[in-house]
Amino acid sequence: MSQTNFSPWDDPNGKPLIRFDNVTKKFGEFVAIDDLTLDIYEREFFALLGPSGCGKTTMMRMLAGFEDPTSGKMELAGKNIAGIPPNKRAVNMMFQSYALFPHLTVWDNIAFGLRRGGASKQQIEKRVEEMLTLTRMTKFARRKPHQISGGQRQRVALARSLAKAPKLLLLDEPLGALDKKLRQDTQFELMDIQESTGTTFVIVTHDQEEAMTVASRVAVMDEGRIIQVATPDRIYEAPNSVYVADFIGDVNIIEGTVKPAGEDLYYIDWNPNQAPLLAASERPFSDGQTAHLAIRPEKITISAEQPVEAKNTAKGSVLDIAYLGNLSTYYVQLDGGQVVKAQTANTRRLSRRSITWEDKVWISWSATAGVLLDR
Amino acid sequence: MRRASWFNITSLTLGFAFLYLPMVLLVFYSFNSSKLVTVWAGFSTKWYGELIRNEAFLDAAVVTLKVAVISSTLATILGTMAAYVLVRGGKFMGRTLFSGMVYAPLVMPEVITGLSLLLLFIGIGLDRGVLTIVLAHTTFSMCYVSVVVSSRLVTFDRSLEEAALDLGCSPFDAFRLVTLPIIAPAVISGWLLAFTLSLDDLVIASFTTGPSSTTLPIKIWSAVRLGVSPEINALSTIMIGVVTVGVIAASLISKHRTVKAQHDLQAAERGTS
Ligand SMILES: Nc1ncnc2c1ncn2[C@@H]1O[C@H](COP(=O)(O)OP(=O)(O)O)[C@@H](O)[C@H]1O
Ligand SMILES: [Mg+2]
Repeated sequence: MSQTNFSPWDDPNGKPLIRFDNVTKKFGEFVAIDDLTLDIYEREFFALLGPSGCGKTTMMRMLAGFEDPTSGKMELAGKNIAGIPPNKRAVNMMFQSYALFPHLTVWDNIAFGLRRGGASKQQIEKRVEEMLTLTRMTKFARRKPHQISGGQRQRVALARSLAKAPKLLLLDEPLGALDKKLRQDTQFELMDIQESTGTTFVIVTHDQEEAMTVASRVAVMDEGRIIQVATPDRIYEAPNSVYVADFIGDVNIIEGTVKPAGEDLYYIDWNPNQAPLLAASERPFSDGQTAHLAIRPEKITISAEQPVEAKNTAKGSVLDIAYLGNLSTYYVQLDGGQVVKAQTANTRRLSRRSITWEDKVWISWSATAGVLLDR
Repeated sequence: MRRASWFNITSLTLGFAFLYLPMVLLVFYSFNSSKLVTVWAGFSTKWYGELIRNEAFLDAAVVTLKVAVISSTLATILGTMAAYVLVRGGKFMGRTLFSGMVYAPLVMPEVITGLSLLLLFIGIGLDRGVLTIVLAHTTFSMCYVSVVVSSRLVTFDRSLEEAALDLGCSPFDAFRLVTLPIIAPAVISGWLLAFTLSLDDLVIASFTTGPSSTTLPIKIWSAVRLGVSPEINALSTIMIGVVTVGVIAASLISKHRTVKAQHDLQAAERGTS
């Protein structure tokens, strides 16, 4: 990416484009959004990630103006947007179902918003042609939505929502209906378009890979609350809770009791049959506190002999091997009964690998490989 | 396909005979040259000629058409509005009561509807004539339109309207530019239904009609009381023809639409992506 140093959220003087200030949304008694505070900056590609029903769509609909917050304040470019109807907001939304107008051609669908804005005929024509080129739909301009394929419909929906050059574009699971290959192509296309237009994108997805691929920052949500907001690498490497660690990618969670072991270092007693584990943590823990050590499978080394160097080792036997082509995941049952996943890259051919089912093995990892979490 | 059994053929014949024999007889005798309705005396179209020269019938036809066009248009506007509010309006006080009340005239005996309208018109001192029939027909056919349109609106994807709002439409523009064009087939069939209902209504029209405004059904009814004439048969045949053509056209239009839509969809799926 060209914007290597793009991080307005670290800038204390940065002005957010969107600001949620203690926003709560209730449907009757049901709390869909629970006291949410969040800043999203200009030119960001912001991803909302979370299980179905956690309130992602509700957040989008509040930004678009289809729902009003029950309490709290929402600002767009410094202005309170409470009570401003959707047709008066510089926000456009790409709907989960695309919501293309079936009675209009591709061309007229894209021109629809421009015609409402009082632009001249030439301006509209120019802009529509631009959008058609951008989304590579020029050839299909005269077709109706039911005469084009799913992937093309999705591009038309995108073109239509971009046509008015909104300050903010909301994308609600935009790629949900596409198959994997087309999805990946479209993700890169989206990133290109986002960069070339300079629009702020907020994308909803329940696909963590998608969020990690496209986003400048990711917010992980659960039951109407934001659990963590951070860049994709921070979310992956430094989750703030077991929930986030578990939600993003594969992870081993080992629960135990903490014992301080020097500056920023802690022992974790987790199994009477195994040696205590050593983990580094900037977050302080007190003596005797219960904690969870989260370690990614690819950070765990698996070997036939006991490693001499490693800070953390544990003995076990191979329960199962999942061969994923480029990677293999070993399910190792430790002597205490817990199963730990260890992942290695398959750089050698399958037949020459030394470890197989039921083998006695050692797993090991460094003190900084895992993250120590209190919840 | 299964072979038609003796039983199937019999039931089919009986059923259709029951439905259509009376009408076939009517059409048949309208081409009878004899003045006596039940005696066949050779083929002739002279009663159709008589009909065209009969001013009373022509006047009645004009009144009927006028009433049908105006009342079905009014009923379509009101019925569509009612359907839209009842389907889209969300929860408001007494919504269930309102939807019940819109549909009540469907099951209300026509005699009662007619009588109550008559009482109303007398009460407010409205002279009975074309206007009162139009009002009465609008009243009772509006609920039919409302039923047809709301069944379409229930399956209408709400996000289309939201997309229109999102792109800068006022709520009225969203209705005019997006909702209405898409539900147009339902609105048109609602209009056709109201038109036919008005065309052949006898009971309510006779309650609300005045001396100067006789509709065709009233005319036919009163003429028949003096004896069935071949002229009436000819008139009825024309009415059957009009209604049949209308119904066939409507069903052909909708069939053409669905076939074309399916065809396009298949073409899109086969085509590039
Ligand atoms: N209009 C509504 N009325 C009542 N409950 C709603 C409404 N919209 C959403 N909800 C509820 O709010 C929760 C969050 O919904 P939503 O934002 O659509 O979730 P997501 O998009 O994350 O899957 C869900 O439990 C849903 O049932
Ligand atoms: Mg959703």
